[in-house]
Amino acid sequence: MQQNRTSGAEERVSDEIQEAGDKQAVPGKSRGGAHALDMGSLISHTSKPTLENETPCVHINGLHLYYGEKQALKDITMTIPEKKVTAFIGPSGCGKSTLLRCFNRMNDLIDIVRTEGEIKINGEDIFHKSVNVAELRRRVGMVFQKPNPFPKSIYENVAYGLRIQGVNDRQTLDAVVEQSLKSAALWDEVKDRLDDNALGLSGGQGQRLVIARAIAIEPRILLLDEPCSALDPISTLKVEELIYELKNNYTIVIVTHNMQQAARVSDYTAYMYLGELIEFSDTNTLFTNPREKMTEAYITGRYG
Amino acid sequence: MRIKNWFDSGEPYIWLNAGAVSLSVIMVAGLIMLIMARGLGHFWPADIAAFDYTDSDGAVISLAGEFVDDESVSRARLAVKDNRIPADMEIINRRLVKIGNRDYFGLDYRWVLDVAMNNLSYPATIMAVERREWGNFYGYLKAIKENGEVVNVAPGWEVFQRYISASAAISEEIHHIEKDLIGAVNYKMERLRLTEKGLALKNEPAESPAYRDIESQRVALQGEYDGFTDRLAGLYEKLDRASFIALLADGQEAEIRFAKVVRAYRPNAMGVTDKIIFYFEKLWEFVSDDPREANTEGGIFPAIFGTILMVMIMAVLVTPFGVVAAIYLREYARQGPLTRLIRIAVNNLAGVPSVVYGVFGLGFFVYFLGGTIDELFFVESLPAPTFGTPGIMWASLTLAILTVPVVIVSTEEGLARVPRAVREGSLALGATKAETLWRTVLPMTASAMMTGLILAVARAAGEVAPLMLVGVVKLAPSMPLDGNFPFLHLDRKFMHLGFHIYDVGFQSPNVEAARPLVYATAFLLVLIIICLNLTAIKIRNTLREKYRAAEQN
Repeated sequence: MQQNRTSGAEERVSDEIQEAGDKQAVPGKSRGGAHALDMGSLISHTSKPTLENETPCVHINGLHLYYGEKQALKDITMTIPEKKVTAFIGPSGCGKSTLLRCFNRMNDLIDIVRTEGEIKINGEDIFHKSVNVAELRRRVGMVFQKPNPFPKSIYENVAYGLRIQGVNDRQTLDAVVEQSLKSAALWDEVKDRLDDNALGLSGGQGQRLVIARAIAIEPRILLLDEPCSALDPISTLKVEELIYELKNNYTIVIVTHNMQQAARVSDYTAYMYLGELIEFSDTNTLFTNPREKMTEAYITGRYG
Repeated sequence: MRIKNWFDSGEPYIWLNAGAVSLSVIMVAGLIMLIMARGLGHFWPADIAAFDYTDSDGAVISLAGEFVDDESVSRARLAVKDNRIPADMEIINRRLVKIGNRDYFGLDYRWVLDVAMNNLSYPATIMAVERREWGNFYGYLKAIKENGEVVNVAPGWEVFQRYISASAAISEEIHHIEKDLIGAVNYKMERLRLTEKGLALKNEPAESPAYRDIESQRVALQGEYDGFTDRLAGLYEKLDRASFIALLADGQEAEIRFAKVVRAYRPNAMGVTDKIIFYFEKLWEFVSDDPREANTEGGIFPAIFGTILMVMIMAVLVTPFGVVAAIYLREYARQGPLTRLIRIAVNNLAGVPSVVYGVFGLGFFVYFLGGTIDELFFVESLPAPTFGTPGIMWASLTLAILTVPVVIVSTEEGLARVPRAVREGSLALGATKAETLWRTVLPMTASAMMTGLILAVARAAGEVAPLMLVGVVKLAPSMPLDGNFPFLHLDRKFMHLGFHIYDVGFQSPNVEAARPLVYATAFLLVLIIICLNLTAIKIRNTLREKYRAAEQN
């Protein structure tokens, strides 16, 4: 917490509601305003369900990311609100998945990745060396593009995260497994075969199982990386309903290629293009009255 | 043009492939059939023929024995001018007869010419006696003696068999006392001697109570030992009491003590069922008994046991070592020129001739490591080496380094097959890399590890050359596993089926007698390797079944 030039007290203050505005005022934190979009101007443009009325959860400040020599993210600065669904849209290769994978430092797995700038989750800089990555990932759950259940029983899949944390009490596990599967709307389908191998589940069930697995350890934030791209429409619908349910308890960030999906499930939407954040506002505004020409071109399908 | 079409259709390649597969199958099946037929026939109780034979000097003798082999040879090959053979006969049939009675004839196999054989018969009363020395005896039972006096003239077969089983029971008891009880006493005595020497090396004062303790233990052991020797003396006396008189085919009388008899049977009087029962008894003896007569008779149990134990110790050593090395290479090491170099070196290790490993094992493990261990922990028994001499541990270790590349390579391939998505899924749940490896990746790699182990076991069980340098002996006095604490004696030498084949086949004084045993032993070795492999394959398939779907992702 003490890694910045700001003191601990200031940190706590910066956790307050008006963080976005505050942050611009803290000297030495602003990255010179060289980027195309700054938070202040964005807030001033939006109306009714506005970012400024939300509790902020993740602050991204001047984030640059390089794959070796190639720059994949350019000076991203944004604030993701708590207990809302935030969608990242944009054409393939625009860096939205890369950005998502920064939040739980999944990019660490790739040796050549190098980041600059900072991401703060509830005020804590996640790139600082004192951060325990495993502990961070417990707080920031993630669901991947393809369902990736472990080759274990359904029960053990859901209990995995807890077992990692050393919880082995059967009653606790039973309760959490049931609760998580219910939250993921999968309980009724699998309650009679919890000991079956999870690999026998269908794609949609598998994806909901993965979500159940992620929420079993009660993360604060849930990252969904194109969770429906490998699913049929009915399964997609179920997962979307689930996202709608889950946002009461979790901050959700979803990457999607499907603009209807973004429009349906998200409260806020960010449009990214070639590693830059072009526009970020509430979903309604972005889809009906985009500020940028590029955004409009993309959402109306005129983009190539 | 038609030919071209035929080639383009791909048909010839299918035939070629199928041909190659069939050829391999035929070769494997043929090999197994051959060693089976040659080896397993040996235990069948063949009929004993009795016939008159005109020897090359014209004398007529009576012979009895089993026909083992026959062949046709041209007259030219029988170098000596032989007037037994009719002048117009160019191809002469001759047979190999096992005439036994080595103590009377000097050799127990001889070739006889068919033309010189007369009065061939299979008398029902002729018997074969398996002896502990001098091989088989063939002849007719005449009388039974006790304490040098004939007690039964023309005894019944049941009476005779009763005598044999009575003496077998005594022999067994003697064996038990000598091997197990006295063996244990000797072992403890040796321990005491070493402890005493250890105390002396530590400059313990002579009046120390430790010495008195040792002395009292020694006295107790000596008492035990004396008890055993008294019992043994009684048993030996009882055993030596009875003997029997038998007639050889030519009418000579022979006296044989029952103590020397393993079993006696009359194959000509036996029905098929009896023969089958006899066959399986012999087979069981072969796999469960100790060898006799310089390994040419009796069983090969110590060799089977040694082979399996060595392979198991090897597997226990090689699996963790190879798996850990593979995990480091694949998961933790930075992939660069150095790791590539290590990988190439590991792969090349698999190509080093195995006898080189034997030399390495002898130099490094036995003399260096073993010598150091002796100096550090077994000072009291020096200069006699404990671990500084070839033994089963060093043999297993040598084979372990011989097979470790196989395990490394297949484990690495298994690790590479685990989908990235599964690893990421685990990491995203807050597992550390080690937890991910331990809980998810390694279980999914288990089948690949088993594959490596299967290959390692197959290679290790068949390897002989390095073992000759690091621990295998022709005849091991005691097994590496026994009832004396600490039960598993890794410093002991052991017997091995592969070496047994070599020894019986090429170092045996009695080649004809040994040949079927070579085949039988070879068959057993193949059988054991197949069994070891099948077990491992079974385990692997269970594991693979469990994780199959995940690997297809």
